[in-house]
Order: sequence, then structure tokens, then C-alpha cells
Amino acid sequence: MTNRKKTFRIFWTIVGMTLICLVLNMPKKLPVNIHLGKFNWQHDFYRPEINFKLGSKEVKKNIDLKYGLDLAGGSSLLFDIDTSSVSSENLPTALESLKLKIERRINLFGVSETTVKINKQQDKYRLQVDLPGVEDINNAIELIGTTAQLNFYGVIDDNLFETATSSADFQKSVKDIGLNGSHLRLSSATINPNDSQPEVSLEFNEEGAKIFAQATKEFLSKRIAILLDGQILTAPVVNSVITEGKASISGSFDSQSAKNLSVQLNAGALPLPITLIQPSQIGATLGKDSLNKGIFAGVVGLILVCLFMIANYGRFGLIADIGLIIYGLITLSLYRLIPVTLTFPGIVGFILSIGMAVDSNILIFERLKEETRKGKDLKMALESAFGRAWDSIKDANTCTIITGFILFNPLNWSFLSTSGMIRGFAVTLILGIFIGIFTGVFVTRNLLRVFIREKKI
Amino acid sequence: MNVMKLRPFFLVFSTILLLVSLFSIIFWKFNLSIDFTGGTTWNLNIPKYSEEKVKQIFSKNNLEIKEINSLGDQNYSLKFADINITKKNDLTLSLKENFPDFKELKYESIGPVLGRELLQKTITAVILSSLFLFLFIGRRFRDFSFGASAILAMFHDTFILIGSFAIFGHFFGAELDSLFVTALLTTLSASVHDTVVTFDRIRELKRQNYKIDWVQLANQAVTETLNRSINNSMTIIIMLTSLVLLGGSTTKWFATALLVGVICGTYSSTGVAIPLVLFFKKHSKKNKFI
Repeated sequence: MTNRKKTFRIFWTIVGMTLICLVLNMPKKLPVNIHLGKFNWQHDFYRPEINFKLGSKEVKKNIDLKYGLDLAGGSSLLFDIDTSSVSSENLPTALESLKLKIERRINLFGVSETTVKINKQQDKYRLQVDLPGVEDINNAIELIGTTAQLNFYGVIDDNLFETATSSADFQKSVKDIGLNGSHLRLSSATINPNDSQPEVSLEFNEEGAKIFAQATKEFLSKRIAILLDGQILTAPVVNSVITEGKASISGSFDSQSAKNLSVQLNAGALPLPITLIQPSQIGATLGKDSLNKGIFAGVVGLILVCLFMIANYGRFGLIADIGLIIYGLITLSLYRLIPVTLTFPGIVGFILSIGMAVDSNILIFERLKEETRKGKDLKMALESAFGRAWDSIKDANTCTIITGFILFNPLNWSFLSTSGMIRGFAVTLILGIFIGIFTGVFVTRNLLRVFIREKKI
Repeated sequence: MNVMKLRPFFLVFSTILLLVSLFSIIFWKFNLSIDFTGGTTWNLNIPKYSEEKVKQIFSKNNLEIKEINSLGDQNYSLKFADINITKKNDLTLSLKENFPDFKELKYESIGPVLGRELLQKTITAVILSSLFLFLFIGRRFRDFSFGASAILAMFHDTFILIGSFAIFGHFFGAELDSLFVTALLTTLSASVHDTVVTFDRIRELKRQNYKIDWVQLANQAVTETLNRSINNSMTIIIMLTSLVLLGGSTTKWFATALLVGVICGTYSSTGVAIPLVLFFKKHSKKNKFI
């Protein structure tokens, strides 16, 4: 019978899919020890990495579960961006450059897996920086929030410059050459290939390069002072006219002081001023604690739901439970593959969607009872129960998806929330509903077709 | 089963619930978290804790602690006005002097602007959700008395949830925060989810027997879907209850809010939405349906 064949083909596809999901979700290393009398077998299984070539394209993916700040611990900083100094046509470039510079600054300090986001709130812009693992929030704020002004001055009076104690004296000793932080594209600590001494390189943008060329011509063999928030960082002597916008400062640097100077230079190079409006911080122990408790609660709830289904629907309940386990495996695999960053509300969304996934099965089984009461044989009853329950499942879940999308706010509407907590919840809820429909209807239907033979319920 | 005979009882029951909610909101108001009001929450682990000393440290820095809650295991949650980071450093230093072993667990400071924004956004999200759900149900059942009933039942649930948190806030210190907002919006959909299943059954029965009386129809639909409704809610209630009891302090109130929402939603589809449909049907001249 071709129908039977088709059912089995689908059945084996489901089995295969479940196995793949199982492998994706196994721990990185799984040691197996089997002792059976004389028989001894020992082997460590490793989770395969996704790392292969597809034609000329290299496919590589890290499938570790990603945890949000509330679970992993870390700092989160929200800044207001002052956009008043930039015209609206230059704003996108300025914002993009701001984001890049902040990312670069964080990377310099070696914090991994950070997220830097710019949100629009009505007509205001906000910068959100998440730093997992950074528990010292003061350090984080210093790292990012220094709204310093970087300015370049040509030194006209060397003696006065050296001895200046008041800002008036200082102003007399120098000439503003019109070069500032917004012209600096990047500064980094490098090693001079000739004498292998550490030095600090500067790279200017196009406009900056022109000004700098003019300045180095004017102040050749004289000094150019670099000031951060009015403090003199350094005042190197100009050795040659630099036209291509790339310069390096050499001198008595060790690698640490060179790095510090480049960080300070980058710090002054923010194209838009930012002010901190919301710092928050979560200790790693607190995060881990909530995660463990959440998982424990989820597992207990899941076992109770499984028992509840068996108590109510017997062997049908058992099949629904198998469907539920497949549901869990697919969901976790998708979290790894997409990847979905798990937050605590996200876990609650997942747990809630388990409850909703069972709903499809309950709808179907209640229908099944009705149909068999009408005297239909089991196979007929099964097919018509699925058919009739489908309408309700579809309508009911559409409603949840509507709210899910409003919570997720995929178009980043500024009049709705863009908070990571709420989004984390929405993502897992929406995913859960789609996968729940798939396993609750498609998977259990085929499992039932394979396993349930004629016998009264 | 003549469930619709109980309509007067449902009316009284819902009215009592709504009135209790209304009065709790008026008398006790809400325990708004800093998500709404702005301010600082600082959770600390302080061995050899002394409330007096902590308060002293704060008053030396010209700050008044609005609230101190013990979280157990020598963990304490302090609430005060929103401060800048320099002030926080001063506080950390003086705390360190008095309690050398203290540890920071969580620090969050929110300006008042963000709080107002959250309130605005919540209201927008509720209005938007209601509008979309109303349109969807109205279209799906080609009858806007269904859409209106489902939405009114949904508001009934939402209001009771908000009222219950005025009560929880007053007696157990539950806070309204951004997670509560999420729970509120989820309640919107959970409430409608349940209602739609019963409406679906009414539509199906009406198709089979066009002449059947509305009350009889409603009774049959409720009877036939009651088992499913209760069983389904049971599974969600099992999951959420285990979260409330075992899930730890972070999400206790979040899960509680969802739990209240789900229970209300299950009741309101039978006790509010369907009686409302019957009410609309009785008072509309055209008995048009499908």
C-alpha cells in the first residue's frame, strides 16, 4: 500500500531528524564506560563541529548555546547619543562610525561576544552596549563612556609651551590647526620594523589627511601637541611632511604605554558625544543560580505534564510525550543554529510554549474521543480528528503569534519596546509555537499512524 | 450540560472580581519598579549585615534608601534614587570600609525618562494587540460581535491581572516591572487563544444545524470543549506552578502573573466571552451568522 509506505518514509525521516538533533545537543565530550564482567569498553564521544566546505564556501558554525547577560553575568550600558552637532544627511555615517569605534575600543580590551546596538527612540538615538563577563561596571564605563575631546595644536612658542601653567599661557604658545578627534579614523600600537621599538600609529580620514598634510608642512621640525580634554597626551616633533594621512609617533614607549596612548587617542575620536543613562550589572553567580533553578523547574514541570498526558490519554498520551521530547530537541537545536541568545524570560517563554505545544495534542485527542464515541473505527476517527482539530489549532495559535510579533517588534518600531528581555521572551515563544504545531500535528500524527493499531481506547 | 444557565452567576462573579481589582488599584496602588519610576536597584551580598550601618553610609552620601529587602542568604536589595557612577563609586568605597567582604550581585540605575517610555510603550502594545486580534477574530468568524466579545473578555482578564498585582504588591511586595508588561501582553493572547477554540466549535455546530437556538448552541459548544479547555490549562498551569515554586526569585512574579493570566483566560472564555456573544445576539436585530 503506497499510503503505508509514505507513512513509513515520513516516520524514518522523523527518526533521522531526531537523531541529528540529539547529536547537536550532546555535551562537547561524552565519556562512555561500559563494564560487563570481562567486557570492558571505553570511548569518548565528541560532539561534531560544524566545519566543512560546500563548494568554495566554507561553512563554520559555533553551536554552543548562547546565554544573555542575565544568565551569564556581565554589564549592560545604555547611552544617549547627542546628534545635535551633525546634519541629518551625515547622521547615518556618524552613527555607523560611532558604533565601529565603540566596538573597536571594547575589542582593544579583549572582551568577547559583546553587542553594540543603536536604537532609535522617537527622534532620539540610544547606544546599547552589552558586555558579558565584565563585572566591574566602573571599568566598563570608563572604557566606553569617556566623552573626551581630542585636539591637535601646532606649537609656536616652545619655551612658553614647556613652562605654561595657565591655560592663557598655553593658548598663547600654540596654534589651533583645526584638527580634532572626528578626523582620526584609528590609532593603534605597532612595532617599528626598523628598530623594533613600540610606536603609536595614527590614521586620519580624507579631510583629516589634508589638514594634517598642511600642518606638518607648517610645523616641520617643530612640535604638534595632542590634547585629550585639555590634558597634553604627547607633543611629538614633526620629522617629515605627511601627505597620505598616516603617521606614527615614536619615542620612549614600552608596549604598554604605546597601547595606552592609542586607546586614549581612540577614546577621543568619538564622532558623537554620548552620555550614560542606564548602567546595569548582574553578577555571574546570580545568573548561574537563576539558570539552574529555571532548568530544574522546567524539568519538573515537563515530567508532570508527561505523566498528566499518560494519565489522561493512555498510550496516546505516551505518543504525545514522545512528540514533546522531539519538540524539545528541535527547539534546542534551533537555539544553537540560529543562534538564539537565551535570557531568563526566554526560558520562561520556552517553558510556556511547551504547555502550548501539548495543547494541539489535547485538542486532537479530545476530538478523537468524540469521533470514536460516534462509532467510527480508530483509523477513520484518527484522520478526522486531526482534520477537524486543525482549524482550532490554526486560529488559536495565530492569536498568540500576533501578540508574539508585537512583543518582538521585528521592524524596530520606536513606539514599541526594543528591550532585550522582552524580545528574548517573544523569540522563544514564536519559535515554540511554530515547532509546537509541527511536532503536535505532523510528528504525532505520523507516530500514531505507525504505532496505533486497531484496539479500542 | 446547561452551562449558560449559570450566566447570572458568571455576571456576579466577574463583577465582584472586577470591583475588587478596581478598589485594590485605587486603594493600594501599585508597587512600581524602577523600570517605570526611574531609580536604582542595588543587590548586594553582605556578610555581618547591619541595617543601621548601611543606612548611615547612605545618609553620609546624602542619599536616602527607599527600601531594603532581604533576599535570603545574606543577600539584600536596596532601592534609592537614580545616581551617577561617581556617586556609586563613593558608596562602594564606604561600603567596603564597613563591610570588607561585601559583593555586588546586581546593579541597575534607570533615569525617569526611560520609565515614562516603558509606560507609553506598554499602552501602545496593548492597544495594537487588541486591534489586531479584534480584526483577526472578526474576519475569521465573519461576525464582529465575536471579535468584540473576545476583546472584552480579554480586557476583563487584563484588568483582573493588573488588580491582582495591586493586591500582591500590597501584601507580598510584588513589583510591576518590564517582565510584568510581558506577562500582561502574553495574557492578551492566552485569553484569546482559549476563546477562539470555543468560538470555533460554535461555528462548526452552527454550520451543521443552522436553525439551532443560540443558547443551546453555546451550551453544546462549551460542553464539548470544556474537557480540552481544562486539560490544556492544566498543562500550562503545571509548568507555570513549578516555575513559581522552584524557579527562583528572578521570575517568581513573572510566572505568577502568567499563571493568573492563564487561569483568568480559561474562565473568561466560558464565563465572559460566550455570555457576551449571547448578549449581542439577543440585542441585535439581524441574527446573521456565517
